[in-house]
Amino acid sequence: MTTTAPTRPEAPEPEAPAVRTRRGLPRFGGTGLFVAGLVVAGLLTALSGWSWGLFAVYGIVLGTLVTYVGSRVVEGPRKATDRLVTCLVSSAFAIAMVPLVSLVYTVVSNGITRLDGTFFTNSMVGVVGEGGGAYHAIMGTLIITALAALISVPIGLLAAIYLVEYGRGKLKKALTFFVDVMTGIPSIVAGLFAYAFFVIFFGPGVRFGLGGAVALSVLMIPVVVRSSEEVLKLVPNELREASYALGVPKWRTITKVVIPTAIAGLGTSVTLAIARVIGETAPLLVIVGITAATNFDPFDGRMATLPVYAYYQLTQPGVPPQFGIDRAWTAALVLIIIVMALNVVARLISRFFAPKTGR
Amino acid sequence: MTSLDTQRRKDAQPPKPVRSPGDRTFAGLSTGAGILILLVLAGVAAFLVSESLDAISAPAEDIAGGEGVWAYVGPLVFGTLVAAVIALVVATPLGVAIALFITYYAPKRVAATLGYLIDLLAAIPSVVYGFWGLAALAPAMVPFYAWAEDNLSFIPFFAGPASATGRTMLTAGLVLAIMILPIISAISREVFSQAPALHREAALALGATRWEMIKMAVLPYGKSGVIGGSMLGLGRALGETLAVAIVLSVSGGVTFNLISSSNPSTIAANIALQFPESSGLGVSTLIFTGLVLFVITLAVNMLARYVVNRRADFSGAN
Repeated sequence: MTTTAPTRPEAPEPEAPAVRTRRGLPRFGGTGLFVAGLVVAGLLTALSGWSWGLFAVYGIVLGTLVTYVGSRVVEGPRKATDRLVTCLVSSAFAIAMVPLVSLVYTVVSNGITRLDGTFFTNSMVGVVGEGGGAYHAIMGTLIITALAALISVPIGLLAAIYLVEYGRGKLKKALTFFVDVMTGIPSIVAGLFAYAFFVIFFGPGVRFGLGGAVALSVLMIPVVVRSSEEVLKLVPNELREASYALGVPKWRTITKVVIPTAIAGLGTSVTLAIARVIGETAPLLVIVGITAATNFDPFDGRMATLPVYAYYQLTQPGVPPQFGIDRAWTAALVLIIIVMALNVVARLISRFFAPKTGR
Repeated sequence: MTSLDTQRRKDAQPPKPVRSPGDRTFAGLSTGAGILILLVLAGVAAFLVSESLDAISAPAEDIAGGEGVWAYVGPLVFGTLVAAVIALVVATPLGVAIALFITYYAPKRVAATLGYLIDLLAAIPSVVYGFWGLAALAPAMVPFYAWAEDNLSFIPFFAGPASATGRTMLTAGLVLAIMILPIISAISREVFSQAPALHREAALALGATRWEMIKMAVLPYGKSGVIGGSMLGLGRALGETLAVAIVLSVSGGVTFNLISSSNPSTIAANIALQFPESSGLGVSTLIFTGLVLFVITLAVNMLARYVVNRRADFSGAN
């Protein structure tokens, strides 16, 4: 009885240190240690001649090392490993951002010199050296991509509808699997396929725009199918069932209920598929070729396209080379702008045309 | 009345729905589109085979190089594999780390934006990657190659002599690595984010640190997704054309030396470089190499899809 009374007030005391023994770094201790490592790395780099590449390598290695050792001393091995992984994983992300930033910087700084009116209004007819533009290539890209979309979107959408609404059994399984596999077909093989197909009808050395559209369709169809399928799957089954319950036939249900509900997602997926193929170079190099003049007729003769134009201006710039190389960079810049614009459009479509769910 | 009754009875049995003419047309159209896609895939194989028959049956000395199609395609296959393996070795750990960062380390509010930034890497056309590799990455790698030749030349990969332009196999592989990074990280991200929340929370509740939680609950769950994702990346790297064609300085032959200026070409890059100037048997030979590439990528992709799909069958998330 008497012994319990003194122990009671003592009880919290052994507990308090027990909690306290879980020593930890202060709130921003890990970051602090990493920055300390960075500073050391900065000094080291400055001593051996400054370069950003060297600083990044030293910084990541030393920062991680200092954090690990510091944490191991204060917090023990488990927490230290945790911090080590945090450092590595964050560095990996930072490393991946370097090429993106570098690429955008390189293309913009090199491409800005020729981003002028002439570039968008002139073709390359009779151009040696200065001047010249990519009007013919931009038009060619637009025509061929539009044709490719015209072929791919109906086929891709119908196939997606088949997969979601009608498909069952072996055909559905096979189609799902092979559409997935088809997304991995190398673009150059698609170009060779188009060549091998049309050479039967038109003879060796065939080059024309429609062939490019067919090659792009081989690449575009699986993308359209996959993304449209995902979108159509999101349409709630209740909507379909409600429509069936009212006696609406299945095809009217699909065209009047399912597709309108999913229209925003379908628009997004088609736009993204276009963005995916508009920058394709290899198939067009094989089946469409390049020309200096403007050709609006995809059924006859070579056409210029923006990616192929950029490739040839860089690798065969002519004399003096600088003008060709400048045009090539501007073409690359325009290409990136088009692709980014399509991506933005795709996001806007999904934002503004999304059905009101009421939730 | 009776007809309506039978009609109703028919409707009550879901396996045999009423098919109006419109319905049949629509079902036929969409099924036809599905079959058409399968036919296209078969057609790709068939037309490549039919156009490469000339090269396969031609006498060996008529093929470029003079030793037949198989001797012609051999070094190209080697170059393709080397470039793709470099890309894979660099991109897989990075891609997995990025996926972990976005799913479990980055603050929730910015995670989606960061994922979008990585996806942007996938949107950039391959010809632009080639430009960048040639103008920015290759020169930046030159000092490293010189250093590697001086200090690491005992490793066969760095035997040298170091390229003065930086247009080496290693540079090409690095460009490919950046191009396949978004694929690997996107698929890894997807499977990591599906790791069962109960497992993760249980691990954390038992006092695991964040890394221990990932090691115990997330990585085992996401393993097949990571494998499948990197194989899809491999498939893309094998078939990548323009980036390699622009960046790599090609001389043919088989070598493991990654930093010299004489490198084996890859199948795809070789086609892009040779096709515009080829005719007759040359075209047929190139189509044959394309067929080889098609078979390789098809095998890799089918294996990858098999691995990914097998996970989907067993995962509790679906």
